[in-house]
Amino acid sequence: MIQEDFLCLSPFIIVAGTPVLLMLVIAFTRHFRILFGISLVGLSFALLSVYFLLPVLPHTLGQLFIFDGFSILFFGLIIFTSLLITILSYRYVMYQDSEKEEFLIMLFTAVLGSLILAASANFATLFLGLETLSISLYVLIAYRRSRGNSIEASVKYLILASVSSAFLLFGMGLIYAGTGSLEFTRIGQVLHSADYSTPLLLAGFSMMLVGIGFKLALVPFHMWTPDVYQGAPVPVTTFIATVSKGAVMAFLLRFFKEIQGNQNHNFILMITVIALLSMFTGNLLAIRQRNVKRILAYSSIANMGYLLVTLLVSNTEGLQAAVFYIVSYMVTTLGAFGVINLLASRDHDADDLEDYRGLFWKHPSIALVFTLALLSLAGIPLTAGFIGKFYLVFTGIHSGLWLLVTGLILNSVIGLYYYLRVISTLFSPVNAIMFPGFGVADRIVLGFTALGIVWLGIFPGGFLRMIAHFTGL
Amino acid sequence: MKLVYLIVILLAGGLLSWVTGRWSRVLPRIIALISLTTDLILLLLIYKNQAGTGTGIWMIQYKTEWIPSFGISLYLAADGLSMLLLMITYILGLLSVLISWKEIRDATGFFHFNILWILSGITGVFLSLDLFLFYFFWELMLIPMYFLISIWGHENRIYASYKFFIYTQASGLLMLISIITLYFIQGSNSGTYTFDYTQLLGTAMSPTLAYILMLGFLAAFLVKLPVVPFHNWLPDAHAEAPTAGSVILAGLLLKTGAYGLIRFVLPLFPGASVSFAPVGMILGVVGILYGAKLAFAQTDLKRLIAYTSVSHMGFVILGVYAFNEIAFQGVIVQMIAHAVSTGALFILAGQLYERIHTRNILLMGGLWKQLPVMGSMWLIFALASLGLPGLGNFIAEFFILAGTFKSNILMSCLASAGLIGATAYSLRLIQKVLSGRENTEWKLKDLSVREKLVSASLVILILYLGLLPQKVLDTAKPVISNTLNSIEQVVSPGSGLIK
Repeated sequence: MIQEDFLCLSPFIIVAGTPVLLMLVIAFTRHFRILFGISLVGLSFALLSVYFLLPVLPHTLGQLFIFDGFSILFFGLIIFTSLLITILSYRYVMYQDSEKEEFLIMLFTAVLGSLILAASANFATLFLGLETLSISLYVLIAYRRSRGNSIEASVKYLILASVSSAFLLFGMGLIYAGTGSLEFTRIGQVLHSADYSTPLLLAGFSMMLVGIGFKLALVPFHMWTPDVYQGAPVPVTTFIATVSKGAVMAFLLRFFKEIQGNQNHNFILMITVIALLSMFTGNLLAIRQRNVKRILAYSSIANMGYLLVTLLVSNTEGLQAAVFYIVSYMVTTLGAFGVINLLASRDHDADDLEDYRGLFWKHPSIALVFTLALLSLAGIPLTAGFIGKFYLVFTGIHSGLWLLVTGLILNSVIGLYYYLRVISTLFSPVNAIMFPGFGVADRIVLGFTALGIVWLGIFPGGFLRMIAHFTGL
Repeated sequence: MKLVYLIVILLAGGLLSWVTGRWSRVLPRIIALISLTTDLILLLLIYKNQAGTGTGIWMIQYKTEWIPSFGISLYLAADGLSMLLLMITYILGLLSVLISWKEIRDATGFFHFNILWILSGITGVFLSLDLFLFYFFWELMLIPMYFLISIWGHENRIYASYKFFIYTQASGLLMLISIITLYFIQGSNSGTYTFDYTQLLGTAMSPTLAYILMLGFLAAFLVKLPVVPFHNWLPDAHAEAPTAGSVILAGLLLKTGAYGLIRFVLPLFPGASVSFAPVGMILGVVGILYGAKLAFAQTDLKRLIAYTSVSHMGFVILGVYAFNEIAFQGVIVQMIAHAVSTGALFILAGQLYERIHTRNILLMGGLWKQLPVMGSMWLIFALASLGLPGLGNFIAEFFILAGTFKSNILMSCLASAGLIGATAYSLRLIQKVLSGRENTEWKLKDLSVREKLVSASLVILILYLGLLPQKVLDTAKPVISNTLNSIEQVVSPGSGLIK
């Protein structure tokens, strides 16, 4: 028994142990390459440990953690994405003149927080994970502090995240007062038997929704998103857009399933309103942007809105659709930010739309990856985003969520406009700015994401089976 | 499997021409020609071997699983209608490559990649019998067309390409909702969830629901066709696209809308189609007259031709909703004849633009003297467009009017007025471009051998359709009777609708 516990905790232990090792090494040498190598090895080992964990599933650890197929799927996803982000970050962090090494340490703690979130079965672990993640992100966002809007973004994130954490805590407290438990399953059981919508519980859940809504950047808690996306170092933005959101979504999906939120009309109303608001606000505000990072920020708001549709789908289909959509969104976002990261130079992030003018004619392969990512975000066939969006519409119609499906369709059309605007900039006549050279590793990562986007778009069958298998565990 | 090859050859050819485009300007053109010729030959072989064989109306079919968890399969099949449309697809495809030989000089690799991928999307649309697969190809042809317009188009190309993409994408999504809803209705009726067209046929549902679902499909097809209130994207897209883009748009993309009506809307929703028929016919007549009127008023040569398409496509929807054999035969000939004649007009407009660098017909005039060969081509296809007997369009429009006369005399009479409109705009076109005062500053070269080859093949096609249409009608006969059967089953005998 104790051995299985350790086995299940091994991803945590490795991800928590590596930064300790990094700190020890920093005491002797600040050679970035060595530390970078250690980080890659650490993440690879963590990924490997996830594989060895498979036979003991499902396994619960006290009341705190649950290791089932769903959390393992997210473990793999989080660690693998972090691995890719780490590789991409190398060139970017090297531009930093002052200490670079702590970047890796904070990245690891952020990954640790995300992993805890994905496996949490209890409010205590949830809060622990969320705070570990957030505090690491404060530092990471401000990492290039020599640049003005980095600090601005970090302070913005710090204040809003603290407030939202307070809301979350308060909400948890109220739910605890109402149900007498911190455990998700126990809360679920109590809610089944007792009256669901006492003012106390409703207030508790609404406050939790504020906290979670902030992390996922749902309207009306989205204000920080564009500024943070713009101000943070590109690899950190990538991390926020993929890993951090994925982990929070993993928690939300699990929690919502346990409390059977899709049966309660109050929840249905809340989620519907927030989803529709997020879709429309995200897409409409993206139209006027001239900054690629901000466009992607608003697009992420809209995408999280789409994703909420799956919460209201009654059967496991919703869960599977959500997982597929998250995966396709992560791959796509990784591709898009990978390109932005690649084009960043020492003192200038290529984030203005004008920087991308004519990219296709100069660097066709890079522009192709970007185009694929944008088409995937727009949900055009041959890309992962198409199957993802199809799956959302599919499950939405199956559950008769006509309002949300209509909103989704309408927003796909609105979204198309600004994605096309970026694409047509990529293909317009050449602009004079030259981009720095690209490393082999970056190319491999980008090639991999491009392949992922297309593969999931054409042959999603195998992956869908895998999701069905894992979510069934 | 041969049907899969038809698609794969084009996809692979597209990728290959993109790659080779880095080293050579000519290689992509040759690769495109080779892959299109291969497809055409393959198609003719299939046609020759399979004619009269096969199960039911399908000459050849291929089915394999694609995404089994959704009940999606790679289900391709061809009948007479698909065969005819595919033939014209590859012929126009070949011509598109040939006419771009001089016009397109930048990024020829990517250009031909786009051409071939559009054509493979169109091939997929004409072959798919799985509704998801159909939607997949339906969307697939949009992106390369968007690139074609937005990169190689004229001055206002970005605006036109957005408009084109957003119109078609929005209407396509409505169709997607209908497809998925149909899937769930059929699934809960029968227990097996599938996007298979043959199994979705005859799905039992309430007439209201059927009508709503049909509207979803119609949204996609009527925008593509286009029918008048939804035609707004067409003049921009057609006018701003490069010549090859206009040819493919007018010749092929519009036909996918008509094909969708015949293949999906009528058989899937026969009852709802019958109740929609009066509206459909009115839309058709409005399109005929309105398109003709606007065509007459245009000064931009390509916009003029674009509006003639609106008018001609009005005949298609009119004929489809007449629900009888003659009208249907007319529709099928119209689809092909219009592809040839309008394709030819766009090609001529492109050739003229290469010489005089304007599309404004007020600046033209007296070109006949300097360009006698091109002038006679203009004359032939303008006459085809107005429906001169002996050329394909005459057969088509005559059949449609005759068929419509049986089911609705008033509509038929009104639509006939469209022929007068066609005469007016065609003659105005001839007069403005070819006759009148000559601009003596222009020193223009008549058609080159390549251009003559292109034009000659189109002339042969349009004459063939006009003089010997029987072969086409025979090929399409099973489809026509099949579609009419599905309609007849829901119409009570003696209602006078089907004669």
